[in-house]
Amino acid sequence: MSFEVPVEKWSTAVSAVTLGATAAEGGTRTSTVALGGATTLPFLHFEGQIPNRPVVAMEVLDSAPKEWPEALAKPFEGVLGDPAAWARKCVEEFGAEAICLRLVSAHPDNQNTPPEHAAEMVKQVLGAVGVPLIIWGCGDDAKDNEIMPRASEAAAGENCALGTARQENYKTITAACLADGHKLITEAPIDINIIKQVNILVADMGLSTDRIIMYQATGGLGYGMEYAYSIMERARLAALSGDKMLSMPMLAVVGSEAWRAKEAKAPDAEGAQWGPQAKRGPIWEAVTANCFLHGGVDMIIMWHPQAVQLVKRTIDGLMQR
Amino acid sequence: MYVIGERINGMFKDVRQAIQAKDKSIVQGLAKQQMGSGAHCLDVNVGPASDDPVSTIQWLVETIREVSDAPLAIDTTKAEVMAAGLKAAGPGSVVNSTTGQQAKLDALLPLAAEYDASVVALTIDEKGIPRDASGRVEIALRVVAAAMEHGISPDRIYVDGVIIPISADQMTPTHVLNTIAQCKMLSDPPPKTILGLSNVSQGAIYRELVNRTYMVMALAHGLDAAIMDPMDSDLMDAMITAELLLNRNVYCADFLKAYRASAG
Repeated sequence: MSFEVPVEKWSTAVSAVTLGATAAEGGTRTSTVALGGATTLPFLHFEGQIPNRPVVAMEVLDSAPKEWPEALAKPFEGVLGDPAAWARKCVEEFGAEAICLRLVSAHPDNQNTPPEHAAEMVKQVLGAVGVPLIIWGCGDDAKDNEIMPRASEAAAGENCALGTARQENYKTITAACLADGHKLITEAPIDINIIKQVNILVADMGLSTDRIIMYQATGGLGYGMEYAYSIMERARLAALSGDKMLSMPMLAVVGSEAWRAKEAKAPDAEGAQWGPQAKRGPIWEAVTANCFLHGGVDMIIMWHPQAVQLVKRTIDGLMQR
Repeated sequence: MYVIGERINGMFKDVRQAIQAKDKSIVQGLAKQQMGSGAHCLDVNVGPASDDPVSTIQWLVETIREVSDAPLAIDTTKAEVMAAGLKAAGPGSVVNSTTGQQAKLDALLPLAAEYDASVVALTIDEKGIPRDASGRVEIALRVVAAAMEHGISPDRIYVDGVIIPISADQMTPTHVLNTIAQCKMLSDPPPKTILGLSNVSQGAIYRELVNRTYMVMALAHGLDAAIMDPMDSDLMDAMITAELLLNRNVYCADFLKAYRASAG
């Protein structure tokens, strides 16, 4: 007996957002990435179009992390204190499709580096790699309002993604985005109502909705993963049903979140029953990423190169028609 | 909710004068204003005193088409005017309206099928307007069956429970609400439901208040569409808020702005 798959007809596509500007477009990127554009739920190729595969970006911190376990730090031996070299390794050896530069050293509790330092870091990474750049603040609002405009300016014309705009603090970063031609990452604390409101607030400032990528403060398993997943799914359903204020592509920060869990973080001595950390950590990160792929995420920011490899292979499989 | 803008109707003085003077600007202005206010479809009615309704409906449709691709509801009781309007408007239009009377169904359903149009069906039959919900639902069921015989899917039918002005009859509003709710159980897929909203406040002083209160009540009973004035922003705000309360859209602090941004 033949089975006819019931097919849903959605009214609207997810918006498409590109990152990276090539020479022809006034930048210096040698590659660009396209996010979003789907006309159906994740990977349902029988039901609609999924023109762009989810993008795997790797995160580079602008100063050497102090607490990375050996299993995580080992692949980056020799480059952790040098963002340009770190970024180059991510792209050339590990296949990162974009780089997320997180300006951690600027945080007052970190090294409190000045805005000029942020601009310099951005320039160095832009000089080292040709893939699109995501520039992520330090997490302190007042400091970010100082460093992000300078970082944004240092990358003017390169069509980067600037992160993040939140309900409490969005004006400065949105203005920088508008001034320098970048895309904006809006953020909410796993709250669909707040992300929609943030999108309206930034749109009110003149940023068109096709320049926005949404980020729900994603947590790993045990830290709100299922909730983040269900919010992504709800947002994606709303997008496909015509809600222009939720129609943007989504990103997930998986590297830092997954390695927060003891299942990834515990050294072999403590986590012996879970197997060796060298395998366990990357797998934990990869599986966390895979979960969000099914929620509709369009870009994942990752840490471990083996996790990157696993996730790219998963995406290859999911993108087969 | 599917909003059909009611303003391009010859019974309004400005439209009647525009028709007489062949003044396109008034008609085109109303088309753009209604669509800009969130209408999904535009009702087109030559008005009661037209001496050449066939030419007039063609002129109205062509005039609107110069500025808008919106689906059009051809609002007439005459089959030849309906045919002319549907032909000019193109597929995806709305037959506004048929009743449950056999002669009407026989004349209008084939037109709807031919022009790939949805159909507004008033729950009136040879015996007149039913006294309660079950009489209305019975007519609705007969219309749905007839539509299916013509190859029209039930979800292309918009059942209109025929609301009567509150000043004339205070029991009918409840019967119509029950009709709306019961229509959902008639078939799979079920027919849709619609109201000519302004009729409920005919002759009343607080027209806008009566209209929007009834619309919200009807939405809670499952109303799918209404022929209404989209330029009544309080009415549209009430509709947007009611839909939010029915979990049809995602809430955010500025939900009115969000709805209008999506509609644009």
